[in-house]
Amino acid sequence: MIVNKNDSILNIKDLHVHYRTYDGFAKVLDGVNLWVGKGEKVGLVGEAGCGKTTTMRTVLRILPENAVVPKGEIFYHGEDILKMKPQKLNKVRTQGISMIFQEPAAALNPVFTIGTQMFDVIRYSDSGKGRSKEEIKELAVKAIGEVYIPDPERILNSYPGQLSGGMKQRICIAMAIVTERELLIADEPGTSLDVTILDQVHRLLRGLVEKKGMSLIMITHSLGVAREMTDRIYVMYAGNIVETAETKELFKNPLHPYTLGLLESVPRLTGGGVAEGIYGRIPDYFSPPKGCRFHPRCRLSEEKCREEKPLLKDVGDGHQVACFKVQGVI
Amino acid sequence: MKLSSYVIKRLLYSIFVLLGLSIVIFIIARVVPGDPARLALGPRAPQFAVDALREEMHLDKSLPVQYFYWIKGVATGDLGKSLITKRNVVEDIAEFLPATLELVLVSALFVIVFSIFFGALAARYKDTWVDSFIRVMAYTGVAVPSFVLAVIFLLLFGYIWPIIPVLGRLSAGIQPPPTITGLITIDSLLTGQLDVFFDALKHLILPALALAVGPLFQEARIVRSAMTENMGKDYLAAAVGFGMPDHVITGKYLLKPSLIPAVSVMGLDIASLMSNAFLVEVIFNWPGISRYGMEAMLRKDLNAISAVIIVFGLIFVLVNILVDLIVAYLDPRIRLGGRSS
Repeated sequence: MIVNKNDSILNIKDLHVHYRTYDGFAKVLDGVNLWVGKGEKVGLVGEAGCGKTTTMRTVLRILPENAVVPKGEIFYHGEDILKMKPQKLNKVRTQGISMIFQEPAAALNPVFTIGTQMFDVIRYSDSGKGRSKEEIKELAVKAIGEVYIPDPERILNSYPGQLSGGMKQRICIAMAIVTERELLIADEPGTSLDVTILDQVHRLLRGLVEKKGMSLIMITHSLGVAREMTDRIYVMYAGNIVETAETKELFKNPLHPYTLGLLESVPRLTGGGVAEGIYGRIPDYFSPPKGCRFHPRCRLSEEKCREEKPLLKDVGDGHQVACFKVQGVI
Repeated sequence: MKLSSYVIKRLLYSIFVLLGLSIVIFIIARVVPGDPARLALGPRAPQFAVDALREEMHLDKSLPVQYFYWIKGVATGDLGKSLITKRNVVEDIAEFLPATLELVLVSALFVIVFSIFFGALAARYKDTWVDSFIRVMAYTGVAVPSFVLAVIFLLLFGYIWPIIPVLGRLSAGIQPPPTITGLITIDSLLTGQLDVFFDALKHLILPALALAVGPLFQEARIVRSAMTENMGKDYLAAAVGFGMPDHVITGKYLLKPSLIPAVSVMGLDIASLMSNAFLVEVIFNWPGISRYGMEAMLRKDLNAISAVIIVFGLIFVLVNILVDLIVAYLDPRIRLGGRSS
């Protein structure tokens, strides 16, 4: 489903996030722009350490305490989450947005049973408030059924350490959908799982989101996964969105050199040898490169790329790219 | 493993620990120079009387034989006679142990309650003056031994600012309640004598505090560091992200995992309160077993020394079993031992 930008439920504008460390400020996010429409499934793709998780944690305001947000806005239904009073923010967390964390083993508290944790999620959510114990348990049992885990009674009495990685991942999904939420943020769910389980988890997630009519932001480092799961893709590099387009359009007509590099690095069954990939690595966030942050790794970079930061520009049909070479400026 | 079988197993192990301990202390007490019989009877006693006492105490036999006599007595509940009090050691312990237990229990209560309170406070207000204050208190608490603190308390509240009693277990003129457990606070409550209860409580505060301050702030530091470490965990971010209220996040999802490392250390510290209690008991004129044990050692009262050490050892072992049970209760990873459901 493709939605007009004016109908967006979440709209991140020029978001900057820095981390304060002993070595100075790590300037990770450098003006992220991203929006999600109602019922839309959006992918956020980029290599490890590019700021995908930081962006999404900022949305729920669950960044580590050394993070600062010097600039930017995150509009949720027209209101800036970053400026919200605790009560409003609580509404966002309890009825608006829920998040599935990357590492299911870390996202579940090891010393409480699944039941205890899940019941609290329901009890303190907007639609679970004031419900009786029986109703809460019923909801939890239903959610565990929805992620295809048998014997919910036993699961509720289990501790995370007693479940397999795949089960824990499913439980994390169940916790995120157990009460109504409008937007689900899935941070590379199942990256630590083996491929077959990973595929199941992705299917499950897509099915649930479609069934419940939720919006989805799917964080992944794999364009292949994004292609399967999403309507529209944001490609992120070193704290910037470098390209965004509808999924089909992006694969038909990738423009940014980084996107091209990502696509090339996907191994193909028919290809000869290992893909070339992208030379180099994510820049040092303490002193990021001037101009376009990708220029040290870019085959096409020129003088202007080293001096000036390219901004996202429309190149037709909502396809946006932040590259001087592609925009035809140089 | 079932709880009961676990406890029984641990108790059986501890019998061996205590046996080993008894052998060690038995030998050490007897190897130290000085004739206990002579010490007991005084320098002017005739030699034949000393010899008679030596024979009565089997001191004329070899060490293994002596140990055999002693352990035979222990097995039947007879720990021998004390040379100082001229009574059965068992009676002495029954008289002096409750006072120390009461002191140590109140002290332990201080340690547990305040270490968690201050630890949570320091974690909650990390890097503010609250945190710094608790850190300074921790360093001071470690550096200042409990008997120094006891003397300071004595000076402060006995002399400069006498708002609270400083000596003994009860004020003069107050009749102790009939002995049921030997713990005056509990006995007075059981017999409904509230005035006695409060008087006993007042007498407990200073010595218990002097004992507790050191371990208390150390434990607070452990609680703090565990809490600050766990604050960065994903499961906590998740709880915040789900919009759970502050008291649930801090008081439940953060506190429980953070208590696990603190409880293990607390157990050891609380057990060693027993032995730390000695000087505090002397200073506050507290008729406890630590003081009794120390006098026994100075006067080479062999049976009393062995008995006191065995009682301390037993308490240490029991506290450790209890701590392991608490840790297992708090941490399902230990209780369930991996992935068996």
